[in-house]
Amino acid sequence: MNKLVIGVLGLQGAVTEHIKQIESTGNIGITIKKPEQLAEIDGLVLPGGESTTMRKLIDRYGFLDPLKQFSAQQKPIFGTCAGMVLVANELSDSSDAHLQLMDVRVKRNAFGRQKDSFEAELDVKGLEIPYKAVFIRAPYIEYAGDNVEILASYEDRIVAARQGHILASAFHPELTNDVRFVQLFVNMVSESKKVILK
Amino acid sequence: MEKLLGTETVKRGMAQMQKGGVIMDVVNAEQAKIAEASGAVAVMALERVPSDIRAAGGVARMADPRIVEEVMNAVSIPVMAKARIGHIVEARVLEAMGVDYIDESEVLTPADEEFHLLKSDFTVPFVCGCRDLGEAARRIAEGASMLRTKGEPGTGNIVEAVRHMRKVQAQVRKVTHMSNDELMTEAKNLGAPYEILKEIKETGKLPVVNFAAGGVATPADAALMMELGADGVFVGSGIFKSENPEKFASAIVQATTYFNDYDLIGKLSKELGAAMKGIEISKLSLEERMQERGW
Repeated sequence: MNKLVIGVLGLQGAVTEHIKQIESTGNIGITIKKPEQLAEIDGLVLPGGESTTMRKLIDRYGFLDPLKQFSAQQKPIFGTCAGMVLVANELSDSSDAHLQLMDVRVKRNAFGRQKDSFEAELDVKGLEIPYKAVFIRAPYIEYAGDNVEILASYEDRIVAARQGHILASAFHPELTNDVRFVQLFVNMVSESKKVILK
Repeated sequence: MEKLLGTETVKRGMAQMQKGGVIMDVVNAEQAKIAEASGAVAVMALERVPSDIRAAGGVARMADPRIVEEVMNAVSIPVMAKARIGHIVEARVLEAMGVDYIDESEVLTPADEEFHLLKSDFTVPFVCGCRDLGEAARRIAEGASMLRTKGEPGTGNIVEAVRHMRKVQAQVRKVTHMSNDELMTEAKNLGAPYEILKEIKETGKLPVVNFAAGGVATPADAALMMELGADGVFVGSGIFKSENPEKFASAIVQATTYFNDYDLIGKLSKELGAAMKGIEISKLSLEERMQERGW
């Protein structure tokens, strides 16, 4: 089987951690620092980091439209933490949402400040054994549209969801050695590539 | 499984989220907003920036909690604050206030000339300065979740940060290539806990992120530190002691992201105005060097 090429937006944040996880699923991970690199990849990870900072850099380096076009081609995008904030259609504490690729309203730093950051085991749809998730100044999904599939909740708050080719998690799969959640995304990329090739 | 707060993963992970970013010293809400707008990944709330601490002399302590609170209310990015080396209560007060990260910092006057904080006891994560791998490994063993070079704060002179970054990197490389039977003697020579060196040997890297700090004054300085392997950059006096803080802040953020795009750094550096006035390190007496604080 041909290896998939999955990019990680490399403006700021836990970039190398995501690359390492992608590589441990047997695929190729590359750091995306220029918009033209998006043409080389089958799927894209928007990593954890500071969403405010990432948005500033997305604007400054002309990434906004290329990212929207990438999504318009139905190529899979996975937003973790800050990435979840970036893909949301709406933010609860701010009028300017970012990429607006997913029918959800996201609350930033919703579990509190760093002292409230935590680890907990989650039941994730599609994973048989509970998944140990790492939440850091994490957001959650306050509202999800009917076409959004909820994959995991914690204390009745939505922390992982999928809508078509967009996957989002409030937690950081890249901070653990467990690749099962990232594998869900890799499967999405693999499926999408089959469809595109057809 | 119950909810686990303040675990090593959560504390170190917070620093990993800051990678490739710039953390800026600010003394009020207005500066914090400028820092956030420029793309800073966090701000360090202080009463005075290091160059002013140097100028003022006397005892430098934790910032007035009102300043820290003002900054926390002004921005949505993480807020860090400094506690004196070994000052358990300053650190506990900052933790209780909900600060996102504490810098146990040599920029302030040490409260204890023998012992650092036992940082593993806290829920809040800590960053500490280091000049070499021995110092780095001791801080990690005490529970620091993030490191930075000490450099020489408030000088606008990058030479000490370069020295410290190169030293730590070279020592990590050396340990990585050592045979197992050489490791204990290396631990003794460096004054480093054996278990930490063993972990570095196995993984080939420090177990926590290591930022550059102490003397970054220009976009090129920030890029240099990234080129030398820093995970990110702290800028203290360099921004708000420059002629045009907005421009400097934004240019330093961009130079950190694109540290090997020299055309861009050239462009960014044009029309910035004057950087902070620097200090030649040899003009500082040993007592004036903040990097000598810490044990």
